[in-house]
Amino acid sequence: MTSSAITAGGIAIHGHDADHAHHDDGSRTLLGFWIYLMSDCLIFSGLFATFAVLAHAYAGGPTGKELFDLKYVLGETMLLLVSSFTFGMAMLNMHAGRRNRVLAWLVVTFLFGAAFVGMEIHEFAGLIHEGAGPDRSAFLSAYFTLVGTHGLHVTCGLTWIAVMLDMVRRHGLDGIVRRRLSCLSLFWHFLDVIWICVFTFVYLHGVL
Amino acid sequence: MSHAHEQAAHGGHHGTLKSYLVGFGLSLVLTLLSFGCVMTGLVPHHLIVPGLMVFCVAQVLVQLGFFLHMGIAPEQRENLMVAACALVFIAIVVVGSLWVLHNMNAYMMPGMSHG
Repeated sequence: MTSSAITAGGIAIHGHDADHAHHDDGSRTLLGFWIYLMSDCLIFSGLFATFAVLAHAYAGGPTGKELFDLKYVLGETMLLLVSSFTFGMAMLNMHAGRRNRVLAWLVVTFLFGAAFVGMEIHEFAGLIHEGAGPDRSAFLSAYFTLVGTHGLHVTCGLTWIAVMLDMVRRHGLDGIVRRRLSCLSLFWHFLDVIWICVFTFVYLHGVL
Repeated sequence: MSHAHEQAAHGGHHGTLKSYLVGFGLSLVLTLLSFGCVMTGLVPHHLIVPGLMVFCVAQVLVQLGFFLHMGIAPEQRENLMVAACALVFIAIVVVGSLWVLHNMNAYMMPGMSHG
Protein backbone atom coordinates (compact mmCIF):
# COMPACT_ATOMS: atom_id res chain seq x y z
CA MET A 1 0.00 0.00 0.00
CA THR A 2 2.58 2.48 1.16
CA SER A 3 5.15 1.43 -1.40
CA SER A 4 2.70 1.78 -4.28
CA ALA A 5 1.83 5.27 -3.07
CA ILE A 6 5.50 6.17 -3.05
CA THR A 7 5.95 4.73 -6.53
CA ALA A 8 2.99 6.67 -7.81
CA GLY A 9 4.37 9.78 -6.17
CA GLY A 10 7.77 9.08 -7.67
CA ILE A 11 6.29 8.79 -11.16
CA ALA A 12 4.29 11.96 -10.66
CA ILE A 13 7.40 13.86 -9.60
CA HIS A 14 9.37 12.39 -12.47
CA GLY A 15 6.67 13.41 -14.96
CA HIS A 16 6.71 16.90 -13.53
CA ASP A 17 10.46 17.09 -13.98
CA ALA A 18 10.36 15.85 -17.55
CA ASP A 19 7.74 18.46 -18.33
CA HIS A 20 10.03 21.19 -17.09
CA ALA A 21 13.12 19.84 -18.79
CA HIS A 22 12.02 21.49 -22.04
CA HIS A 23 12.12 24.94 -20.50
CA ASP A 24 15.20 24.37 -18.36
CA ASP A 25 17.75 27.07 -19.15
CA GLY A 26 20.19 25.69 -16.60
CA SER A 27 19.04 28.06 -13.85
CA ARG A 28 17.88 25.09 -11.70
CA THR A 29 21.30 23.46 -12.04
CA LEU A 30 22.96 26.74 -11.11
CA LEU A 31 20.74 27.09 -8.03
CA GLY A 32 21.62 23.52 -7.01
CA PHE A 33 25.31 24.25 -7.51
CA TRP A 34 24.94 27.46 -5.52
CA ILE A 35 23.47 25.42 -2.62
CA TYR A 36 26.51 23.11 -2.84
CA LEU A 37 28.83 26.15 -2.70
CA MET A 38 27.07 27.46 0.40
CA SER A 39 27.48 24.06 2.07
CA ASP A 40 31.17 24.20 1.11
CA CYS A 41 31.21 27.59 2.78
CA LEU A 42 30.07 25.88 5.98
CA ILE A 43 33.05 23.48 5.81
CA PHE A 44 35.38 26.45 5.49
CA SER A 45 33.63 28.33 8.31
CA GLY A 46 34.26 25.30 10.56
CA LEU A 47 37.93 25.31 9.56
CA PHE A 48 38.22 29.09 10.06
CA ALA A 49 36.60 28.78 13.50
CA THR A 50 39.07 25.99 14.40
CA PHE A 51 41.98 28.10 13.21
CA ALA A 52 40.76 31.14 15.15
CA VAL A 53 40.45 29.09 18.35
CA LEU A 54 43.91 27.52 17.93
CA ALA A 55 45.65 30.60 16.49
CA HIS A 56 47.83 31.04 19.59
CA ALA A 57 48.32 27.38 20.52
CA TYR A 58 51.98 27.37 19.44
CA ALA A 59 53.10 24.66 21.91
CA GLY A 60 56.46 26.42 22.15
CA GLY A 61 56.90 26.17 18.38
CA PRO A 62 57.24 28.89 15.75
CA THR A 63 54.58 31.62 15.47
CA GLY A 64 52.93 33.01 12.36
CA LYS A 65 55.13 36.08 12.61
CA GLU A 66 58.26 33.96 12.32
CA LEU A 67 56.95 31.71 9.55
CA PHE A 68 54.86 33.75 7.11
CA ASP A 69 56.43 35.67 4.23
CA LEU A 70 53.85 38.29 3.25
CA LYS A 71 55.52 39.15 -0.09
CA TYR A 72 55.20 35.50 -1.11
CA VAL A 73 51.53 35.44 -0.03
CA LEU A 74 50.88 38.66 -1.99
CA GLY A 75 52.28 36.86 -5.05
CA GLU A 76 49.92 33.92 -4.51
CA THR A 77 47.01 36.32 -4.03
CA MET A 78 47.76 38.11 -7.29
CA LEU A 79 47.93 34.82 -9.23
CA LEU A 80 44.50 33.77 -7.93
CA LEU A 81 42.96 37.21 -8.48
CA VAL A 82 44.23 37.40 -12.07
CA SER A 83 42.98 33.84 -12.72
CA SER A 84 39.55 34.92 -11.47
CA PHE A 85 39.57 37.81 -13.95
CA THR A 86 40.74 35.63 -16.86
CA PHE A 87 37.95 33.15 -16.10
CA GLY A 88 35.55 36.09 -16.33
CA MET A 89 36.95 36.80 -19.81
CA ALA A 90 36.32 33.16 -20.77
CA MET A 91 32.70 33.51 -19.60
CA LEU A 92 32.18 36.74 -21.59
CA ASN A 93 33.45 35.00 -24.71
CA MET A 94 31.25 31.99 -23.96
CA HIS A 95 28.17 34.24 -23.93
CA ALA A 96 29.37 35.77 -27.19
CA GLY A 97 29.80 32.26 -28.64
CA ARG A 98 33.52 32.59 -29.47
CA ARG A 99 34.79 29.06 -28.92
CA ASN A 100 38.50 29.54 -29.60
CA ARG A 101 38.77 32.53 -27.31
CA VAL A 102 37.01 30.55 -24.57
CA LEU A 103 39.65 27.85 -24.97
CA ALA A 104 42.48 30.40 -24.89
CA TRP A 105 41.21 32.15 -21.73
CA LEU A 106 40.59 28.82 -20.02
CA VAL A 107 44.20 27.81 -20.73
CA VAL A 108 45.41 31.13 -19.28
CA THR A 109 43.22 30.60 -16.20
CA PHE A 110 44.57 27.08 -15.81
CA LEU A 111 48.17 28.33 -15.94
CA PHE A 112 47.59 31.00 -13.27
CA GLY A 113 45.72 28.49 -11.08
CA ALA A 114 48.49 25.93 -11.51
CA ALA A 115 51.11 28.55 -10.61
CA PHE A 116 49.14 29.31 -7.43
CA VAL A 117 49.01 25.63 -6.43
CA GLY A 118 52.73 25.33 -7.27
CA MET A 119 53.61 28.27 -4.99
CA GLU A 120 51.48 26.81 -2.21
CA ILE A 121 53.11 23.38 -2.44
CA HIS A 122 56.52 25.10 -2.40
CA GLU A 123 55.46 27.08 0.70
CA PHE A 124 54.22 23.94 2.49
CA ALA A 125 57.39 22.01 1.58
CA GLY A 126 59.50 24.86 2.97
CA LEU A 127 57.57 24.91 6.25
CA ILE A 128 57.81 21.15 6.70
CA HIS A 129 61.53 21.29 5.88
CA GLU A 130 62.00 23.93 8.62
CA GLY A 131 60.37 21.56 11.10
CA ALA A 132 57.13 23.55 11.11
CA GLY A 133 54.94 20.77 9.73
CA PRO A 134 51.34 20.09 10.73
CA ASP A 135 52.53 17.89 13.62
CA ARG A 136 54.50 20.70 15.31
CA SER A 137 51.63 22.50 17.10
CA ALA A 138 47.85 22.85 17.12
CA PHE A 139 48.30 26.20 15.40
CA LEU A 140 50.17 24.57 12.51
CA SER A 141 47.69 21.66 12.31
CA ALA A 142 44.85 24.15 11.92
CA TYR A 143 46.88 26.21 9.44
CA PHE A 144 47.74 23.26 7.19
CA THR A 145 44.14 21.93 7.32
CA LEU A 146 42.56 25.27 6.41
CA VAL A 147 45.02 26.39 3.71
CA GLY A 148 45.45 22.82 2.45
CA THR A 149 41.68 22.36 2.04
CA HIS A 150 41.56 25.53 -0.03
CA GLY A 151 44.51 24.33 -2.11
CA LEU A 152 42.77 20.99 -2.64
CA HIS A 153 39.69 22.83 -3.89
CA VAL A 154 41.82 24.82 -6.34
CA THR A 155 43.40 21.56 -7.54
CA CYS A 156 39.90 20.12 -8.12
CA GLY A 157 39.03 23.32 -10.00
CA LEU A 158 42.12 22.83 -12.20
CA THR A 159 41.05 19.27 -13.00
CA TRP A 160 37.59 20.54 -13.86
CA ILE A 161 39.06 23.25 -16.14
CA ALA A 162 41.12 20.57 -17.93
CA VAL A 163 37.98 18.47 -18.44
CA MET A 164 36.02 21.47 -19.70
CA LEU A 165 38.83 22.36 -22.13
CA ASP A 166 38.39 18.93 -23.67
CA MET A 167 34.57 19.24 -23.70
CA VAL A 168 34.65 22.67 -25.39
CA ARG A 169 37.13 21.32 -27.97
CA ARG A 170 34.96 18.28 -28.75
CA HIS A 171 31.41 19.58 -28.45
CA GLY A 172 31.72 23.34 -28.92
CA LEU A 173 29.63 25.70 -26.80
CA ASP A 174 26.37 23.74 -26.61
CA GLY A 175 23.81 24.07 -23.82
CA ILE A 176 25.38 21.43 -21.59
CA VAL A 177 28.89 22.86 -21.93
CA ARG A 178 27.60 26.36 -21.20
CA ARG A 179 25.79 25.17 -18.08
CA ARG A 180 28.86 23.34 -16.80
CA LEU A 181 31.13 26.30 -17.52
CA SER A 182 28.71 28.53 -15.59
CA CYS A 183 28.94 26.19 -12.58
CA LEU A 184 32.73 26.08 -12.87
CA SER A 185 32.79 29.88 -13.04
CA LEU A 186 30.85 30.09 -9.75
CA PHE A 187 33.24 27.54 -8.20
CA TRP A 188 36.39 29.36 -9.34
CA HIS A 189 35.22 32.81 -8.18
CA PHE A 190 34.02 31.28 -4.90
CA LEU A 191 37.54 29.96 -4.24
CA ASP A 192 38.92 33.47 -4.71
CA VAL A 193 36.40 34.77 -2.14
CA ILE A 194 37.58 32.10 0.34
CA TRP A 195 41.19 33.10 -0.35
CA ILE A 196 40.40 36.73 0.60
CA CYS A 197 39.41 35.45 4.07
CA VAL A 198 42.50 33.19 4.19
CA PHE A 199 45.03 35.93 3.49
CA THR A 200 43.24 38.36 5.83
CA PHE A 201 42.67 36.12 8.85
CA VAL A 202 45.50 33.61 8.53
CA TYR A 203 48.43 35.55 7.07
CA LEU A 204 47.90 39.28 7.68
CA HIS A 205 46.26 38.84 11.07
CA GLY A 206 48.74 36.08 11.88
CA VAL A 207 51.85 38.27 11.63
CA LEU A 208 50.49 41.05 13.87
CA MET B 1 22.80 52.82 -11.66
CA SER B 2 22.83 52.98 -15.46
CA HIS B 3 25.02 49.90 -15.34
CA ALA B 4 22.28 47.91 -13.59
CA HIS B 5 19.81 49.04 -16.25
CA GLU B 6 22.22 48.03 -18.98
CA GLN B 7 22.50 44.52 -17.49
CA ALA B 8 18.75 44.25 -17.05
CA ALA B 9 18.33 45.29 -20.68
CA HIS B 10 20.52 42.35 -21.74
CA GLY B 11 18.03 40.11 -19.99
CA GLY B 12 20.62 38.35 -17.86
CA HIS B 13 23.24 38.80 -15.20
CA HIS B 14 26.39 37.67 -16.96
CA GLY B 15 28.37 40.82 -16.45
CA THR B 16 30.13 42.86 -19.11
CA LEU B 17 33.77 43.58 -19.88
CA LYS B 18 33.34 46.82 -17.97
CA SER B 19 31.89 45.14 -14.87
CA TYR B 20 34.72 42.56 -14.81
CA LEU B 21 37.35 45.30 -15.21
CA VAL B 22 35.78 47.39 -12.42
CA GLY B 23 35.55 44.32 -10.15
CA PHE B 24 39.16 43.38 -10.90
CA GLY B 25 40.39 46.93 -10.30
CA LEU B 26 38.54 47.26 -6.99
CA SER B 27 39.78 43.84 -5.82
CA LEU B 28 43.35 44.79 -6.73
CA VAL B 29 43.13 48.08 -4.81
CA LEU B 30 41.53 46.44 -1.75
CA THR B 31 44.12 43.62 -1.74
CA LEU B 32 46.99 46.13 -1.88
CA LEU B 33 45.37 48.21 0.88
CA SER B 34 45.06 45.09 3.09
CA PHE B 35 48.69 44.07 2.59
CA GLY B 36 49.81 47.71 2.80
CA CYS B 37 48.12 48.05 6.20
CA VAL B 38 50.41 45.37 7.63
CA MET B 39 53.56 45.54 5.47
CA THR B 40 54.27 49.28 5.29
CA GLY B 41 54.00 50.01 9.01
CA LEU B 42 52.43 53.39 8.19
CA VAL B 43 49.10 52.53 9.84
CA PRO B 44 48.73 53.10 13.61
CA HIS B 45 48.71 49.75 15.39
CA HIS B 46 45.21 49.99 16.85
CA LEU B 47 43.72 50.70 13.40
CA ILE B 48 45.27 47.70 11.61
CA VAL B 49 42.74 45.03 12.67
CA PRO B 50 39.61 47.16 12.01
CA GLY B 51 41.14 48.19 8.67
CA LEU B 52 41.77 44.55 7.68
CA MET B 53 38.16 43.63 8.57
CA VAL B 54 36.74 46.51 6.51
CA PHE B 55 38.90 45.73 3.45
CA CYS B 56 38.11 42.00 3.72
CA VAL B 57 34.34 42.50 3.88
CA ALA B 58 34.51 45.11 1.11
CA GLN B 59 36.47 42.81 -1.20
CA VAL B 60 34.19 39.83 -0.52
CA LEU B 61 31.19 42.02 -1.42
CA VAL B 62 32.94 43.36 -4.55
CA GLN B 63 33.71 39.84 -5.77
CA LEU B 64 30.25 38.51 -4.94
CA GLY B 65 28.74 41.40 -6.88
CA PHE B 66 31.04 41.73 -9.89
CA PHE B 67 32.33 38.14 -10.34
CA LEU B 68 29.59 35.90 -8.91
CA HIS B 69 26.88 38.33 -10.12
CA MET B 70 24.87 38.21 -6.93
CA GLY B 71 22.12 40.78 -6.95
CA ILE B 72 18.69 41.61 -5.69
CA ALA B 73 16.89 40.84 -8.96
CA PRO B 74 13.69 38.79 -8.43
CA GLU B 75 15.07 35.73 -10.27
CA GLN B 76 18.01 35.64 -7.88
CA ARG B 77 15.88 35.63 -4.76
CA GLU B 78 16.44 31.90 -4.13
CA ASN B 79 20.22 32.29 -4.38
CA LEU B 80 20.10 35.17 -1.92
CA MET B 81 17.96 33.20 0.53
CA VAL B 82 20.34 30.23 0.44
CA ALA B 83 23.26 32.60 0.96
CA ALA B 84 21.52 34.35 3.87
CA CYS B 85 20.80 30.97 5.45
CA ALA B 86 24.47 29.95 5.05
CA LEU B 87 25.55 33.27 6.57
CA VAL B 88 23.45 32.58 9.69
CA PHE B 89 25.03 29.12 10.07
CA ILE B 90 28.52 30.55 9.55
CA ALA B 91 27.89 33.23 12.17
CA ILE B 92 26.67 30.60 14.67
CA VAL B 93 29.66 28.31 14.03
CA VAL B 94 32.37 31.01 14.09
CA VAL B 95 31.03 33.34 16.79
CA GLY B 96 29.80 30.42 18.88
CA SER B 97 33.16 28.60 18.78
CA LEU B 98 35.11 31.71 19.68
CA TRP B 99 32.73 32.66 22.47
CA VAL B 100 32.55 29.21 24.08
CA LEU B 101 36.29 28.61 23.93
CA HIS B 102 37.13 32.11 25.11
CA ASN B 103 34.94 31.53 28.17
CA MET B 104 36.50 28.14 28.74
CA ASN B 105 40.00 29.63 28.70
CA ALA B 106 38.89 32.45 30.98
CA TYR B 107 37.48 30.00 33.58
CA MET B 108 40.50 27.71 33.46
CA MET B 109 42.30 27.26 36.79
CA PRO B 110 45.55 29.26 37.03
CA GLY B 111 48.51 27.24 35.84
CA MET B 112 46.42 25.05 33.58
CA SER B 113 45.84 27.61 30.85
CA HIS B 114 49.00 26.91 28.84
CA GLY B 115 47.73 25.71 25.48
